[in-house]
Amino acid sequence: MKKTTLFKVATQSIIKNKLRTMLTMLGIVIGVGAVIIMVAIGNGAQSQIEKQIGNLGTNMIVITAGSTAQGGASQGAGTFNRLTIADADKIKANATLLTAVSPVIVTRTQVIGGSGNWRSGVNGVSTDYLTIRNWGVSSGELFSDDDVRSKKKVVVLGNTVATNLFPDGNAVGASVQLGRSPFTVVGVLAAKGQTASGNDQDDVVLVPYTTAQDRLSGFSFLAQILGSTTSTGAIPAAIDEVKQIMRDAHQLNGGHVPDDFTVRDQTAIAAAATSTTSVMTGLLAAIASISLIVGGIGIMNIMLVSVTERTREIGIRMAIGARGSDVLTQFLIESIVMSVLGGVIGLAVGIGGAQLLGHFTGWATATPWSAVVIAVGFSAAVGVFFGFYPARKAASMNPIQALRYE
Amino acid sequence: MAATAAKPTHAGPVIQLSKVLKRYTMGQNEVLAMRGVDLTVQPGEMVAIMGASGSGKSTLMNIIGCLDTPTDGHYVLDGVAVNGLSRNRLADLRNQKLGFVFQGFNLLPRTTALDNVELPMLYDRAGRWTDTRATAAAALVRVGLGDRMDHEPSELSGGQQQRVAIARAIVTQPTVLLADEPTGNLDSHTTVDVMSLFQELNDSGITIILVTHEADVAQYARRIVEMRDGRIIRDVPVTDRHSAKVDLAAMVDEPETVMAGAV
Repeated sequence: MKKTTLFKVATQSIIKNKLRTMLTMLGIVIGVGAVIIMVAIGNGAQSQIEKQIGNLGTNMIVITAGSTAQGGASQGAGTFNRLTIADADKIKANATLLTAVSPVIVTRTQVIGGSGNWRSGVNGVSTDYLTIRNWGVSSGELFSDDDVRSKKKVVVLGNTVATNLFPDGNAVGASVQLGRSPFTVVGVLAAKGQTASGNDQDDVVLVPYTTAQDRLSGFSFLAQILGSTTSTGAIPAAIDEVKQIMRDAHQLNGGHVPDDFTVRDQTAIAAAATSTTSVMTGLLAAIASISLIVGGIGIMNIMLVSVTERTREIGIRMAIGARGSDVLTQFLIESIVMSVLGGVIGLAVGIGGAQLLGHFTGWATATPWSAVVIAVGFSAAVGVFFGFYPARKAASMNPIQALRYE
Repeated sequence: MAATAAKPTHAGPVIQLSKVLKRYTMGQNEVLAMRGVDLTVQPGEMVAIMGASGSGKSTLMNIIGCLDTPTDGHYVLDGVAVNGLSRNRLADLRNQKLGFVFQGFNLLPRTTALDNVELPMLYDRAGRWTDTRATAAAALVRVGLGDRMDHEPSELSGGQQQRVAIARAIVTQPTVLLADEPTGNLDSHTTVDVMSLFQELNDSGITIILVTHEADVAQYARRIVEMRDGRIIRDVPVTDRHSAKVDLAAMVDEPETVMAGAV
């Protein structure tokens, strides 16, 4: 029998038993739907986390003071701090792959003003800082390059500091005291939330690094130098470039002197977070796949019942000249058509369900094409795998006994 | 459709059985269903095989129908030695050279008469059929069901169902038409009606072998073969052959009664 005719015969039998067909497909529909929804949720969570990591700063690289060895014993990172403003200036002047560079001086102090006082971290930075951190002000503005050059006593308050000292929201223009010096508030930062490790990023005040050096920290070494690259792809090259500039600046080029600084990027953090969520996605998909297998067993069950129920039909077909392979193919096509049809319906249910879920949870649930292909392909494979045994049972029947079957 | 006679592909007998033996093993018991059967059927014959149940007539029918193979002996169907053929070759032989009519009609349920009759042509591997729909329709017209093509078996009477089954059996122009108790589920009026169709087909040249245990039915054949205990005990031509058409005319008063068809 021609394959197209067999296909017709098989689909006719599916159509003739609508209720049975629908119940059989239900298992596959639920299985595929569950897989799609789970993968969509996993992907949504992943992109959510990626967005949060992106909040830390776009394409940011961090230069910190490295360790030095004293008499063969390596000291911890930052033990011997030689990171200076001059380094930051050299990087800014020579690095071709960095769009913005800011030195960061870190200290803590009591901020007094408004309705009370608040102890907060103080970051002495340049005007590039907010660009690098992908941050903005909610009111007022950041200090200018002129303010930095003239070591002006101006401050931008983090959201947490501003709400604690100025609950009424009239911080801009007010005067606060940092340490012993009065500073003018020129702006309030937009709320940024917590870091992945739970630190409040808004509990900070920004001042020009020149002012910080002069008035607050009293030392000239930097905690870090931040830079941002032109693109994510440029990060590795930018790191190499910065390393070379730093080695030149610190005159480490003769002999095998190790770096006395460290250059890191965010990809390590991003990779860790991403791999966590992809494990989660895999776990969810694996659980959902079990329902797909259960659905497949449902198909096998129904096909076995169907083969027994249609023993007489099989006998008739064989008596009038159907070969075993014709019967096998017919039953196999039936189970494949049912499971693929179930897979397609499940796909629609899954995508719809994911959209609905995304709508209510606000997650960016995304259904990747790979999940679609795998789900439908897997359901076809389920049809072949679980349809084969019943089909072979039908094909190996003895026509005489099949014809006599009551 | 013009009366298409069976077309034997070679000149000799269509069926030739010699010393055919069939042994079944049932648990520890061996059953000899056929103990050396010799039978030759020439083209155009209409043979009735009779016998009580257990006489071996069903086994003989299964072997002639290539549904079963002999344990020993030789069977040649229309020039083809059937012994030792594979399952697939037997299926092809059934498709190309044989047509089956069963006691229980054995039509596919929830399938129209036309689709049922078309079915054997769909399993043809020799590519003999071009317009299977038209050929199936012509076969239905030939058995007098031109106006019932789109009816499903459940919408047809027993006699009509058996006519559909006959149409399905002759649609492939088989060498031999095999009928296993074709009137067993039919009332007497319909029995004669169906037998008149068989006679008509036989008159047009189709070789027919039918199994029956009713002597009345056997009287419509040209030759009677009687079996007992796996052997042929009688093989005689019918001397006063009945014409079903004439008998039917004598029964005009009785309407056809619908019998429950077992499918």
